Amino acid sequence: MNVTVKYFAVCHEMLDRSEEEMELPEGATVQTILKRLEEEWPEIAEFYEVMQMSVNWEYATENTELVEGDEVALIPPVTGGCDV
Amino acid sequence: MFKITPEVITGEAVREAVEGPDAGAVVLFFGTVRNNTGGRPVKCLEYEAYPPMAEKKMAEIAQEIADKWGIHRVAMVHRVGRLEIGEVSVAVAVASPHRKDGFEACKYAMDRLKQIVPIWKREVWADGETEWVKPDAVYFDALKPHKTDPQTD
Repeated sequence: MNVTVKYFAVCHEMLDRSEEEMELPEGATVQTILKRLEEEWPEIAEFYEVMQMSVNWEYATENTELVEGDEVALIPPVTGGCDV
Repeated sequence: MFKITPEVITGEAVREAVEGPDAGAVVLFFGTVRNNTGGRPVKCLEYEAYPPMAEKKMAEIAQEIADKWGIHRVAMVHRVGRLEIGEVSVAVAVASPHRKDGFEACKYAMDRLKQIVPIWKREVWADGETEWVKPDAVYFDALKPHKTDPQTD
C-alpha cells in the first residue's frame, strides 16, 4: 500500500524534503515508517522521544495501523503562538 | 473562523467572525513579533504550519471552550511565512455574554494552541543565524508521549 508522509520544521530540514510517498507492506504501522527513516538517518531517532505522529490529521501512536492512502506526519514539538 | 494564512491578520476580521447579539463582551488577543528573545536581537520570525491539521485542532479547542464555558463564538487565526517585528502572528477572539468567561476562555485558547496546534516558529537572529524554537518547558512537559494512547479527558 502507499501512504503519504509529511515532514515539518526540523524534520523537514533533517531529511531535506517536505513529503514523500512510501510503499509499505500490508499491516504496516506508524512504527514501520519510523524504522525506515531511522535506517536512512540514525540521528532522527533522538527526536522520536519528543516527537509526535499524526495519521489523517489526528495524533496517533507508534502502533496505529495504516491503510492505503493515509496521510502520516512527523510532528516536532509545536511552538506556535507567541511568548507571552 | 479557524485559519492558517499567509496574509496579514486584521483585528476587525477576527472580531467580526465572533460577533453576535448574545455577546456582552469580545476579548481579542494578538500575538506579535518581538524584537528580541531573552535579550538576543531578533530580525524576524518564520512560521510553518500543517494547515489542515492545525485548523482541525483549532476547531477542537473551540469545542473544548464550548464544553467548559458554554461559549460558542471563538475565532483563531495564525499566520505563516516570514513576519517582521511588530506584525501579528496569531489572533484569538472570544465573544461571550460576560467578560470574565471571555478572558478565561481566550487565555485557555492560547495555552491550548501552543500545546496541540501543529505550528512551528523559527527565529532569524539579527546576526543572520536561524534556529527552530523549542517549546517552553511548561508546554514541553505537557506533551503526550507518542508511545502512549492519547488521553480522552
